[in-house]
Amino acid sequence: MGKTLFDKIWDAHTVKNIEGDIYVLYIDIHYIHEVTTPQAFNELKERNLTIFRPKKIIATTDHNVPTTNQNLQIKDPLAKKQVNTLSKNCRKHGIQFYGIGNRYQGIVHVIGPELGITLPGMTVVCGDSHTSTHGAFGSISFGIGTSQIAIVLASQCILQNKPKQMRFHAEGFLRKSGTQKDVILYIISKLGSFGGTGYFVEYSGPLFEEMSMEGRMTVCNMSIEMGAKGGLVSPDETTFKYIKSKKFSPKSVFLKKSISYWKTLLTDKWAIFDYEYIFDAKNIRPMITYGTNPSMGIKINEKIPKTNLSKDQLEKSLRYMGLKIGESLIGKRIKHVFMGSCTNSRIEDLRLFAKVVQGRKKANHVQAMIVPGSKKVYFQAKKEGLNKILKESGFELRQAGCSACIGMNGDKIPSREYCISTSNRNFEGRQGPGSRTLLASPLVAAIIAIEGKIVDIDEYLKNNNIFH
Amino acid sequence: MEKFRLLRSSAVPLPIENIDTDQIIPSRFLKNTSKVGFGKNLFRDWRFNPDFVLNNPLYVGKILISARNLGCGSSREHAIWAILDYGFRVVISSFFADIFKENALNNGLLPIEISEIFLKNIFETVIQYPKSIINVDLENQNVFFENQTEKFNINFYKKTCFLHGSDDIEYLANLKKEIDFFEKKNKLILRN
Repeated sequence: MGKTLFDKIWDAHTVKNIEGDIYVLYIDIHYIHEVTTPQAFNELKERNLTIFRPKKIIATTDHNVPTTNQNLQIKDPLAKKQVNTLSKNCRKHGIQFYGIGNRYQGIVHVIGPELGITLPGMTVVCGDSHTSTHGAFGSISFGIGTSQIAIVLASQCILQNKPKQMRFHAEGFLRKSGTQKDVILYIISKLGSFGGTGYFVEYSGPLFEEMSMEGRMTVCNMSIEMGAKGGLVSPDETTFKYIKSKKFSPKSVFLKKSISYWKTLLTDKWAIFDYEYIFDAKNIRPMITYGTNPSMGIKINEKIPKTNLSKDQLEKSLRYMGLKIGESLIGKRIKHVFMGSCTNSRIEDLRLFAKVVQGRKKANHVQAMIVPGSKKVYFQAKKEGLNKILKESGFELRQAGCSACIGMNGDKIPSREYCISTSNRNFEGRQGPGSRTLLASPLVAAIIAIEGKIVDIDEYLKNNNIFH
Repeated sequence: MEKFRLLRSSAVPLPIENIDTDQIIPSRFLKNTSKVGFGKNLFRDWRFNPDFVLNNPLYVGKILISARNLGCGSSREHAIWAILDYGFRVVISSFFADIFKENALNNGLLPIEISEIFLKNIFETVIQYPKSIINVDLENQNVFFENQTEKFNINFYKKTCFLHGSDDIEYLANLKKEIDFFEKKNKLILRN
């Protein structure tokens, strides 16, 4: 029987099969951040255990960092303590730490790839569910809890049940108004919020082959929102080209050797998946969510449908959102726009946002937060003059962090107010108690920031010359 | 980890699907650097509603029952610490989100998956008769309720961990020789 890409990486990292489906899996890269690690370091201390492979750990601060005035002290004493605890733990154990002020600081799932640390064929874990992002490189990457962080710190391994496997094969190409974000929102809306539970997903076919690395990261990032353990895409020339120029990626002869290995990371033709879906990219239009989990998504000009959710849950969700079945979102006044998060805060996303708003003005009543995913993205945006374009249109480019995706750092959306957000979760209170999140792409976010209300994106693009 | 063998308790019913970990413990409470004290903020934002089940003194017990897909979303283990700190030892549903389940198993909170139909029966009875007792027998992997019994799955390794109060760190910390050997054998796939 043939092997999938997932099987090949899994097998190459299996230290031991304990019983049945339980494996000891070796981990190549362990990313850590301030929120989910302090208890793990304590755990090791209490058990008198050492960090097994400190060189395989990369640390940054992202969840709790302010996105303005990062040169000043963090005001929130608890956030400050958490950030300082990580810094101390890293110093003590000799772990590479990209803290506030460091030129490589940023959202953990943005910096790993852009520094050339995440590579094809690797196993990657992090105490954060959006670790699935790194699957874009053809790696097995998944989020773990704090106990598992302690386990990986202590042994560089993890105990895992081998998941089942699912493949999404997409034919065709996107139209101008459809973006990579719409692809994943579309998939999740079809599969539901737990359709992927127990599975690892491979994305294949011309649609994904044509995608940039940033686009693949956006897609893999949200695999967790349908319950999947993670998602991955086979590495190809696009992947190799992206990796080549990165700071810590292998160079010269090592790169050549690596690429010849990475080229073997393909799913065999005769490999069998537990589940397989095929769809056509041309059906994908700009998407938006209307409910309180990411699977509650529609094409932006559709009406809110009756879903297969239970009646109670649908009612609860729509009550929270202040919306009704059968209602259209077109014309709805929007006061907040958040452009950022590990889903959509890379340079390509900022370029798209800037392209839309260039020569236009932000609607007066809209409050927008434009947050780059990393310091590097921030500097790149400045280098390209995107900050100027944003400023002239009434926007401000902030500093790097998770920001209003999770609202831990004080960047929040007020209760009962709507926010068009390029992030990944629209759960109740996710962006602040009572906040109402509508997930969408950077293209949709930019247009709505200009218009101040939800509009039909295809209509808008017909009437406005954005893509020349 | 605390040992677990048998539990006999009434239960708290929460018949809601897709409860994400942001509801179990909102992100503003994740700033602690220890594992204690999260229980008081369990389902914090739902507790503002006076009708919420945790505000109803009729429903108490060491078992939390939820509709399918409990614990989706964020990987925060704080959700498990909050549930344990509040006093629960078992969570019952028809299925759990992956990371939530792994986190529960690593903390001695037993996640039990039962059939939709059995879950429905339990909900109906417990909601009407809050003092109804559920019996959990880990050794035989059984849930007893009223006159019904259902077997649940747990892998042998994790079951042993619960019965003996042992965990993955202990297991892997003793495996370092094999891990060392693996590293030497597999230079190619490791970082340059």
